[in-house]
This record gives sequence, C-alpha cells and structure tokens, in this order.
Amino acid sequence: MEKFDKLSGIAAPMPLVNIDTDMIIPKVFLKTIKRSGLGANLFDEMRFDRKGNEIADFVLNKPAYREAQILVAGDNFGCGSSREHAPWALADFGIKAIVSTSFADIFFNNCFKNGILPIVLPQEAVDVLMQDAEKGANARMDVDLEAQTVTTSDGEVFHFEVDSFKKHCLMNGLDDIGLTMEKAASIDSYEAKAATSRPWV
Amino acid sequence: MTARTLYDKIWDDHVVHQAEDGTCLLYIDRHLVHEVTSPQAFEGLRMTGRKVRAPEKTIAVPDHNVPTTLDRAKGIENEESRIQVDALDKNARDFGVHYYPVSDVRQGIVHIVGPEQGWTLPGMTVVCGDSHTATHGAFGSLAHGIGTSEVEHVLATQTLIQQKSKNMKVEITGKLPHGVTAKDITMTVIGKTGTAGGTGYVIEYCGEAIRDLSMEGRMTVCNMAIEGGARAGLIAPDEKTFEYCMGRPHAPKGAQWEAALAYWKTLFSDEDAHFDKVITIRAEDIAPAVTWGTSPEDVLPITATVPAPTDFKGGKVEAVQRALDYMGLTPGMKLTDIEIDTVFIGSCTNGRIEDLRAAAAILKGKKIKDGMRAMIVPGSGLVRAQAEEEGLADIFKEAGFEWRLAGCSMCLAMNPDQLSEGERCAATSNRNFEGRQGYKGRTHLVSPAMAAAAAVTGKLTDVREMM
Ligand code: SF4
Repeated sequence: MEKFDKLSGIAAPMPLVNIDTDMIIPKVFLKTIKRSGLGANLFDEMRFDRKGNEIADFVLNKPAYREAQILVAGDNFGCGSSREHAPWALADFGIKAIVSTSFADIFFNNCFKNGILPIVLPQEAVDVLMQDAEKGANARMDVDLEAQTVTTSDGEVFHFEVDSFKKHCLMNGLDDIGLTMEKAASIDSYEAKAATSRPWV
Repeated sequence: MTARTLYDKIWDDHVVHQAEDGTCLLYIDRHLVHEVTSPQAFEGLRMTGRKVRAPEKTIAVPDHNVPTTLDRAKGIENEESRIQVDALDKNARDFGVHYYPVSDVRQGIVHIVGPEQGWTLPGMTVVCGDSHTATHGAFGSLAHGIGTSEVEHVLATQTLIQQKSKNMKVEITGKLPHGVTAKDITMTVIGKTGTAGGTGYVIEYCGEAIRDLSMEGRMTVCNMAIEGGARAGLIAPDEKTFEYCMGRPHAPKGAQWEAALAYWKTLFSDEDAHFDKVITIRAEDIAPAVTWGTSPEDVLPITATVPAPTDFKGGKVEAVQRALDYMGLTPGMKLTDIEIDTVFIGSCTNGRIEDLRAAAAILKGKKIKDGMRAMIVPGSGLVRAQAEEEGLADIFKEAGFEWRLAGCSMCLAMNPDQLSEGERCAATSNRNFEGRQGYKGRTHLVSPAMAAAAAVTGKLTDVREMM
C-alpha cells in the first residue's frame, strides 16, 4: 500500500448528503475480478449520460476539478454496500482524502485499507472547507496526517482526530495481514482454548 | 463482574489480542463468501502464497450474479458475471472451503443459506463481504459486513482487526397491530433514526414485539440494521432461536448440543447493563411502511402524503428535491395514489418462507393488475422447494407472478433482472438508492404483504384494507 504523509491538492465540493456506494461506483462495474481500472467509472451515473458523454455540470467534469485529490462531501458519505470497489474507484481516480461530518462505518474502514484518508470534522469546519473547495483549482488544500490537520487555501487550520493504529498503518503503508500474522501464536492459543469452551463452533 | 450487554459478552468471548490503544483482534467463527466481493481477496492470497486458515469455517455460495430464470442450467450469458461465478467455483475448490454451487438445491442468498444450514448459531461472530450480514444478528450472533481487504484478512488469519462499537438499545414495546410486520418495524426505526443514526453502534433490538416475531421476522429486522448505519443488529437468543437451530445440518448434536444450549442461555444483556443510546417505539404506533425517496430513511406510513423539501433542514433539503425529481413525485400527493409497474418479492430481507406465506395470503384467489410485471424470487432453493410443497407457488403462478429460482435478482440488479428507465417498483428488498434496481429505476420499499397488495391493485396500497 502507498504511504500517506502530506498532501497538497485540489478539493472538489460535493455538498450532497448520503452519497451512497451505488453512486460512487454503480453495480454494473462490480463484475470485475481485479482491483484496478475502476476510476474511469467513478460516480458513473452522475458523471456520464447514457451515451457515455460527460455531464458538463458534474463537479469532477469541470476543468477546475478534473485533477481533484480531495473531496469535501455532505453527511454520511459512503453509506450502503460494503463493496470495496468504492474506495478502489476513488483511489484509482486519484482521490486521496475525503472530508465530511460523518462516514458510513464499512466504507470508512475500507478507505484506510486503500490509502485514502477519511477526515471527520464538525459541520462548521466542513462548511468552511466546502467554501474553500468552491474556489476551484487555484485554491489548494493541505492535509497533514502526522500533524492531523487540514489547512484551507487561506491558511485556516482545522485539527482532526484519527485512530492511532490506523494512522500508523496509513503513514507507513503497512499491510494488516502481515501485522496480524505476527500474532499467529495468540490465534493458535485462542483456537485451542475455544476448542474446549465452545467445541461446537 | 460488571453488568454487560449481549454485545459486550460476545465481544469478550472473541478477543484474541488487545493492543494498548484498545484495538482488538477478534476471532471469527463463520466467514461467508459470495462471488462479487471475494475474487480480489483470493487473488491476494495467491499472490502472497497464503492459505485459508480455517476452510472448515468458511462457506461460499454464488448469489448476486446468478440468473434466476428457470433455464439457468444452460449457463450465464453475461460474460463478466460468468467470470465471477467461475472464479468463485475455482477459488472454493482450490482453497477447500464449503461450497454450494448454482446447481445445488441448497444454493441461495448467502444470508439465507447460512442460517438455513445451521452455520449461523447464537454467540458466534459471523462476517461476510456484504453489508447485509447484519441479518445473522437475529440469532444473537455478532454479524457484520466487511470490505474485500478484510475478507482477505479473515481468510488468511480467521480474525479481524476491530474497534469496539457503542451499545444502542431499540425497544419495541407492546403488540404489533394487525397487518404490521417485521419489515414495517425495521423501516420505521430507520425513518426515526436516519441512515446515520446507528453509526458507531451495535443495536440490540428488544421488547415484546421483537420477542413475538418468528426467527424469519427477526432476520428481517436485523437485516436492515445496516440501513440505519449500525455496525450490527442483535436479538438475544431464546427458545424460538434454539428451536430454529435444532436439527439443522451444521448445528451441534447430542452432548455438544446440550453444551451449546447451556452457553447460549447466558447470552442476554444483564439487567443493569449500560446502553449509550436508547430508543423506544410503541408497536401500536407502527403502520405498514413505505419509502417515497431514494434513501431508506425516507420512510412514511402508507396513510401519509409525499413530503416537500421544505419539510426538511440542512443538506437534506437538496437531497429531498433531488429524490422527488428522481422518483417523479410531487409533494402533497397521497402515497396510495402512486401507481406501480413492477413488483419484486425476494431478497435477503424478505425472501424466506414466512415472507412468501404472507404474500400468498394476500394473493390467494386474486390476479395481478393487467400489465403488471411481478416476480417472486425465493431466497434459497430450499425455500423454493418448501413453497412448492405448501402450494404457495401455485397461488403465485395463478395470480400471474413469475416464480423464479433463488438469488439476489432484482434486489440489486446485477443479473438481467432490472428496472428500465422510469419504471416504478414496489420491492421487498432493502435499498431504494438511485439506480439500485436498474438505471433510473424507481424503488418503493415495502413488506411482502404490501408488495402483494400493490401487485393486485396496481398502486401502493394499505394492505390492511385487503385483509
Ligand atoms: S439480496 Fe440484495 S441485499 Fe441481500 S445480499 Fe443479495 S444483493 Fe445484497
């Protein structure tokens, strides 16, 4: 996994609440058995018409936001399905951080496994960042994971919370499975114990 | 010992390792796998030379992509769907996990097959790369959806890295009125809490109305816990639960059954256990529910009218305007005046035998409205067989319903069962998102009885008037 450290990028505003995983990557694109290449269909039904032409007023189609790396979104981003295709599509498009007041639980976890930082901030802060994002390509937003801050193009700084373990993994690009396998002895002894306490499992 | 909730107890019994910051490695008792969210995980194992740690606790079944038409033995036409199902076939065999292929009568929606085969039992941890894993919480097992990276993690280690959620109690007091079902309970709860109301929580459903539900009904309630944003939904096991489990193919037998039973009887929230949030709803206040918008929180009783964007606040105003445009509805219109083109009865929410019985009770001796497209997709091959034995299938066919084979079908329309643009559907599934049942398709979520009623009248209908 790619390491996440500091990011200075264009932020795209998506004020809609409850942006669900079906919007992020419609299910017709779930039929792949690979992880890559989904960026082309990110937000497909909002981004393209049925003939495959771009819908001009969708934010990521506007010249100012085509290179966006950050999304500033309405409440409850990523609700719905557990499909990891959603963060895969976002990551493949180039999105590295998402700011919202809240995220759906499974989506939130999936982001960290794919090098995306979901940032939870209170409404007032998201409002300011949303306004900053509206300014377009000249306004770059800065995200510093180490310091746990987001900084607007005007220099206004917001501090965010992040789980220390998730932060550590993201900053170092660590693979969870490798880390867990180091605890194989604990798993062995748990299984041995469970074999007597709950043998029917 | 301090008083613990049911969630606390299951959690405590599955902690393999706890880090200083509270992050836990949780042992997973059952891992259910389907074809859409697993190929990349198995590929990951191959690339790293890892094995499935506990193949005997891993159960695979294709459901999302499989055709549900009667001629499906001839194979899957859509190439990409076929590749996914073939990949599951190969992965299940290569890695030696339990497997129910499309040709097996036990095949069906993963969340229906698990309980039916006795894989899901009280007090277990159950995961699946699918958000509706919450269904299994009906047995008092801690069950939730995971992403594909986590699927790979569970395959390789039989554990999951987890932070503990908070406890929420949703109590439904009293008795449900006539014509009101488990689906109406769960939809009403989401209408009340919103789709983010449960974020960060595990919900325990309790109260007389929940106790009174069958296991099928309890599964319907827990199924939609995820639509309320919760990590999982739980219901404490009781005699009904034990009775349901007894004799299932993978349930314990003999002395092991007795030992299991003794353990299962300890699985309840202690009297003074702490809940971080409590919601109480009176069963008598619940009416048959229906969604009018494009989020499961857009719920109203069938007797209500379509709301206006100005009835809402904040970001929801814009979302409601967008939803009404998408759904082609005008504020103030009676919900019972909404005309329906299609009816879909099925899914892991409402594809069990009891759901089919409820639909059949309404449809008996009736015909669906002229021009109506109506299908019933049983949740598993065994549900289908039972419905045929009970004579339900004949009722459906005589009424004009298509009687399909088991799968997810039009719940998410990954197979050919899809709505066309503007087509309006009364569906017993769990999501009414934009495009969920087909590009620009319009979905109204309802109970099986309500769906059957709509098929007959051609409009959203208060089923109580037909009972
Ligand atoms: S029936 Fe629908 S909600 Fe249930 S597992 Fe299948 S697609 Fe998902």
